[in-house]
Amino acid sequence: MTDLNWLAVTPEIVLLGMACLVALLDLFVTCPQRRPTYYLTLASLAAVAALHLCALDSGASVYAMQQMVVTDAMGHLLSLSATLAVMGSLVYAQVYAGPREMLKGELFTLSMFALLGISIMIIGNNFLSIYLGLELMSLSLYALVALRRDHAQATEAAMKYFVLGALASGFLLYGLSMMYGATGSLDIGEVYKATLAGDLNKQVLAFGLVFIVAGLAFKLGVVPFHMWVPDVYQGAPTAVTLLVAGAPKLAAFAITIRLLVEGLINLATDWQQMLMILAVASMTIGNLAAIAQTNLKRMLAYSGIAQLGFMLLGFVPTVVAGNTVSAGNGYGSALFYVLTYVLTTLGTFGLIMVLSRPGFESEQISDLAGLAKRNPMLAGVMAVFMFSLAGIPPTVGFYAKLAVLQALITTNSSLLLQLSVLAVLLSLVGAFYYLRVVKVMYFDEPAQGAPVVEASGARLLLSINALAVLALGILPSGLMSLCAKAITQSLAG
Amino acid sequence: MQTMSSILSLAIWLPVAFGVLLLAVGRQENAGVARWIALIGAVIGFLVTVPVMIGFDNSTAAMQFVEKAAWIERFNVFYHLGVDGISMWFVPLTAFITIIVVLAGWEVIEDRPHQYYGAFLILSGLTVGVFSALDGLLFYVFFEATLIPMYIIIGVWGGPRRVYAAFKFFLYTLLGSLLMLIALVFLYYKSGGSFQITDWHKLPLAATPQALLFGAFFAAFAVKVPMWPVHTWLPDAHVEAPTGGSIVLAAIMLKLGCYGFLRFVLPIAPDASHEFAPVVITLSLIGVIYIGLVAMVQQDMKKLVAYSSIAHMGFVTLGFFIFNELGISGGIVQMISHGFVSGAMFMSIGVLYDRVHSREIAAYGGVVNTMPKFAAFALLFSMANCGLPGTAGFVGEWMVILGAVKYDFLIGLLSATALIFGAAYTLWMYKRVYFGDVTNDDVRGLSDINAREFLILAVLAAAVLWMGIQPKPFTDAMHVSVTELLKHVAQSKLN
Repeated sequence: MTDLNWLAVTPEIVLLGMACLVALLDLFVTCPQRRPTYYLTLASLAAVAALHLCALDSGASVYAMQQMVVTDAMGHLLSLSATLAVMGSLVYAQVYAGPREMLKGELFTLSMFALLGISIMIIGNNFLSIYLGLELMSLSLYALVALRRDHAQATEAAMKYFVLGALASGFLLYGLSMMYGATGSLDIGEVYKATLAGDLNKQVLAFGLVFIVAGLAFKLGVVPFHMWVPDVYQGAPTAVTLLVAGAPKLAAFAITIRLLVEGLINLATDWQQMLMILAVASMTIGNLAAIAQTNLKRMLAYSGIAQLGFMLLGFVPTVVAGNTVSAGNGYGSALFYVLTYVLTTLGTFGLIMVLSRPGFESEQISDLAGLAKRNPMLAGVMAVFMFSLAGIPPTVGFYAKLAVLQALITTNSSLLLQLSVLAVLLSLVGAFYYLRVVKVMYFDEPAQGAPVVEASGARLLLSINALAVLALGILPSGLMSLCAKAITQSLAG
Repeated sequence: MQTMSSILSLAIWLPVAFGVLLLAVGRQENAGVARWIALIGAVIGFLVTVPVMIGFDNSTAAMQFVEKAAWIERFNVFYHLGVDGISMWFVPLTAFITIIVVLAGWEVIEDRPHQYYGAFLILSGLTVGVFSALDGLLFYVFFEATLIPMYIIIGVWGGPRRVYAAFKFFLYTLLGSLLMLIALVFLYYKSGGSFQITDWHKLPLAATPQALLFGAFFAAFAVKVPMWPVHTWLPDAHVEAPTGGSIVLAAIMLKLGCYGFLRFVLPIAPDASHEFAPVVITLSLIGVIYIGLVAMVQQDMKKLVAYSSIAHMGFVTLGFFIFNELGISGGIVQMISHGFVSGAMFMSIGVLYDRVHSREIAAYGGVVNTMPKFAAFALLFSMANCGLPGTAGFVGEWMVILGAVKYDFLIGLLSATALIFGAAYTLWMYKRVYFGDVTNDDVRGLSDINAREFLILAVLAAAVLWMGIQPKPFTDAMHVSVTELLKHVAQSKLN
């Protein structure tokens, strides 16, 4: 119980050390492109990713820091993906950030601290560690959004994000404190035992649960706590949008599992109904609002709301089934969904950055006009991402939707069958605006003749990104099994 | 059969590989090279399907050229391919039509030909995949993936209202297929975790699930066929698509829906199929008769042939749901013959359109005076379209009508009227376009078909005549499979 078990948290320690080192070293870097800092950051992130990858194989759940954290298969998989997502974001950001006076040491340091927060959320086994991780991530991201100090839109977005984010953190903290009051413990395992034994004040539990779900919904960005998403995505510099839209979703997914599933599974009938409503509302409002958008980043924001709504459906199955098989099936599908969503999101925002030039953000949908003529490769890449988000095979987005749908249907509940029919009909609405992007790229004439200036690193990453979406679409088996295994092991451990 | 076990894979992936190659290396500047690569890809794609035709064993209803490998272990999905008598002919037909399409666009497509051909080759491979998939999810993946290249083809190289047509095509068909996806997952659950279509055939199902499954599959396939009243996407898509796109749509893609009825609806939900047969028969007859009348008043040649396609597909679905061998075999023969005939009809329109850039019937008149060779071919295809004995068009329609008369005299009588309407709209169009005096300068300036066009039309003419005079290879191949299917459908699956 008193074991600190330093070894288990090596990746986080390395990350913390390197983040401090990068912050220090950057003071002495004179090169305007910040090459030394950039490469050092990438190298440290690669090292962290490698550590997670090595630990992923063993799959055993290891408690550390006096049970404040737990490292398990799901945690390693999510941390690995989050690390790669931040790495990818920085590679995409490098060329974009330069002309916008964002290429400062802070970009790298804050990204690494945000990642550290994400990692702590992912491995948190205690209300406190989860909350601290959340705050570390959020504060770093607030600062990142405001990184372009003299840019009115970005500053406005940062204000909105900060005020609403602080409110949501407050919600979550309030909910957690109620849980503490009801169960007498901050430790997730203890909370589980206390709720299992019953004999608790139901009213306090229910209140606490509502606040916790509201806090989680805000962090995931689902209706009705989605108001910040379009504004922040649009207002923030695209590089930061990507940092907000990518890895943090993995952390939000992780704490949803940690808090609701590992801690409060005995209240599942309550929270699953809430999540079901959130999911349906998100898919409806997200998809319908996305149709009306002309700004690509804003459209992707609404599309993300709808996508995460779909992902939440993966948490619904145990409502009726009650056994762990269909629950594990559902959570595994949701994990697969969120991983592939982040992969696709990385590519879409990456493409916006690759297309942008100094003084030109390329964030209107119409800016993509005729891209198939100007640069067939980039148009093809974007088409792959759009078809993946729309869920058309042979892209990975299809299997994500398939996995969630089968999790719903195999519960043999007619309510969930109807829910899955509703979900696919709403994704048909979604197909419309994704197709519109393809239409603009392929069917319209180029509005501007300027050739696309390409950064080799970002372009290479973009190709890899699109190939991953396609390859996982043709051979999704490995990742799917990995997700299912990770969830099963984590829930067992 | 062990030695030939990778033929279907080759038939799928060779065209796809050539298509990807074209997309990767093609440039606007090396259009000539792109054309030749496309042609080589299409021809090789066809050659690998020849062993399917030669090596096919007519005496068994079992799947042949089977390949099976684990694909997605978590959901027990297999990469499982194979053909039986029902699907066998569509594999070479698809590859054959692809060659026609490549040749049809040879001098015509000047804007990004490498992407145009790449899309068609990929589409060809995926379509072969639909016809040979024996795993439900694999089927779905191929079925849906065909939407992407077709969307691009209509949208980029289509006519003035191409964007509208492309969206309508995509969203209409996606709506149907999404419901089918639910049905597939539902079957996966009901069968205890299997996506194998053959397992589903044996699965006992109660009346309500059968009815629901029937509804979901019907939504997907009826849109694709298309059946009245969900046919409205087809005239738009046909009119706006480039010639090659129209050929592929009519000759191949419409068959995907018909094929779905035979592979999924009838064997998986036989009781529901019997129960809802009157509905399907009614819709088919409306398609045959009403759409035939609609075709008659069209001013646009492509629209006319598009409506005629819907009417012909009405015959196919009618044949399927009268549950006798003549009907089902006739339906399948009609599917194949319509592939040749409609392909040829759209090719003929394409020949005229390339010269005059109008599809209006009124813009022509007296073409026979300036293009005698072409007019002769067009006459043959028009005759085939109205089902003249000795041409491909006759065999299937005749079989379906005979089957329908056996089933119910009135239905047979009503369906036979279609031959009259078919003759009326086709021959009337022929008269207005080809006969009479030369009406305008456009027609006066026409030059007769060149060697490339002659080759395409001659090959198609040979196919149309061959199938009309010698339909036996086609009916022989499907006989055992169709008998087996009927036996299966006659048995109730209700517990």
